[in-house]
Amino acid sequence: MMIEQLLDQEQESIVDVESLSVTFGNQEVLKDITLKIPPGQTLALLGESGCGKTVLMKSIIGLVKPTCGKIEFDGENINQLTERQLSRMRLRYGFIFQNAALFDSMTIGQNVAFPLRQHGRFSDNQIREMVLSRLSEVGLPDSVVFKKPAELSGGMRKRVGLARALIMNPELIMYDEPTTGLDPIMSDVINELILRTRSRNPVTSIVVTHDMHTASKVADRVVMLIPRQRLDPGENQVIFDGSVKELETCRDRRVQQFVNGEAGERLMEMRANGHDQ
Amino acid sequence: MYPWGAPQYRRARRLCTNFMSTVASDNSKPQLSTRITGWFTDWVSDWGELVISSCVSLGDFCLFIFSTFRWMFSRIPRGETLWPNFYQVGVSSLPVVALTGTFIGVVLALQSSSQLGHYGLTNQLGGVINLTLVRELGPVLAATMLAGRVGSAMAAELGTMRVTEQIDALSAMGADPIHYLVVPRFLACLFFIPTLTIMADFMGVAGGYFYSNIWLNIDQHYYWTNSAKFVNNFDLFTGILKSLFFGSAISLISCYQGFNCKAGAEGVGKAATSSFVFAFIVILILDLSLGLTLKAVYESWYPGGTY
Repeated sequence: MMIEQLLDQEQESIVDVESLSVTFGNQEVLKDITLKIPPGQTLALLGESGCGKTVLMKSIIGLVKPTCGKIEFDGENINQLTERQLSRMRLRYGFIFQNAALFDSMTIGQNVAFPLRQHGRFSDNQIREMVLSRLSEVGLPDSVVFKKPAELSGGMRKRVGLARALIMNPELIMYDEPTTGLDPIMSDVINELILRTRSRNPVTSIVVTHDMHTASKVADRVVMLIPRQRLDPGENQVIFDGSVKELETCRDRRVQQFVNGEAGERLMEMRANGHDQ
Repeated sequence: MYPWGAPQYRRARRLCTNFMSTVASDNSKPQLSTRITGWFTDWVSDWGELVISSCVSLGDFCLFIFSTFRWMFSRIPRGETLWPNFYQVGVSSLPVVALTGTFIGVVLALQSSSQLGHYGLTNQLGGVINLTLVRELGPVLAATMLAGRVGSAMAAELGTMRVTEQIDALSAMGADPIHYLVVPRFLACLFFIPTLTIMADFMGVAGGYFYSNIWLNIDQHYYWTNSAKFVNNFDLFTGILKSLFFGSAISLISCYQGFNCKAGAEGVGKAATSSFVFAFIVILILDLSLGLTLKAVYESWYPGGTY
């Protein structure tokens, strides 16, 4: 209810991306991307591999420096912040990496407690309670606390990554392909956890995914990007911005190919362009 | 940096292609002077690219060093990041450094004894062995072992962390990777390389003495008297001062290579190898330049003395 109220209100966006371009060497990955995300919204960022979804998300958190353009989080231009200010700002973010990116040298308990030890002034008892509570929220038993990441399955690692991202109660959570490499049941467990996280508090979420099932289940809004090589002259990289229903009825050939999972003439295009996405 | 191979290989490939096309083509081939100009332009542009990219890497490395020093003086790293690195560098490396130090001492005695024996100077053996060890071989050997044992491991570990996005995860959680990963490794190398050097010196001196005294039957009185005559405090200071520079270079080069690791197992392997190669080259360059500087310092402090 609270989320709907928030969405209904004409609020200023919490994330504001303006004319963002990112270039690596000679390769222009993103060009002129403009995106506004209101608080409480769950946005699914779709697009085929190599179109720059993860780069866009990493730019929002300041891990990738944009070539030009502006990114604001809660009214602050993150590219003008000093390293320390940016570190403080990042406490308000939660980032779930594609392969969880858990620290190999630490136990699961130390991994989840990392943000608390890094920034919080909590006692050991408080930290232990918070870690166990977050782990149980994502459906993991207390016994995993002393295990190393290498001892866990892919799904468990993703859930530990989620617990670690949630421990500081972030305002913006970013999921980088949360269901990639998981079986259908575990994928749905992750989708349920994304929904549950959102229902507990009106957190803003960005979900980068290839999985249409995830997008249709968790997203309020879908934005679809396309690789720069596939654009028509003068066309923007954001080829779709709307709801899931609108996405399904969209007539754009490239959108339909993605939604239906059809290669179509894509292989011929890749051969003609001499690149493999 | 070079997705299609290093410039020299590209040039070689272009030359081959040009040659093949020259052979295969008919009368429409360009004139010889045009082709030579083309090859020359390619050669100059390849070298230009190499020089520019080297300057960029050097500048990037300088910024990395600057950032490490800035973080080191602004906030002390937490104990849990320091102790494992101190243990790795200071404790785990000790046996291997001690072992190599002993063997180097013995080998020095073995090789020098026959040379000095020709001139009837066997009694001077202690001075030669101990001066060489304290001033040169001890610090360089300890640094080489550290670069091979710890430096490569640092580059591989940080490289793996880069490839698996763990370094990005640190940044995403508001921790600075340089403060969290580089500063503790730098401090560990800086604080513990002098102890490793002293250990290499001590074991080398002991190894050399036992071989000379037991195997070569050199009188221990002459052995130690000549050692005391040749080796002074400045020599010991020279060795330890050098080791501080070596330790700093090893940690910074290894961490930089790890941070800039390319994707995949190949990237991690290359980072580990290049960290050792670069560290070893820098150790030798620093050894020479510090040797020359310290000689000049010694001569200005003790105008009549022999360095």
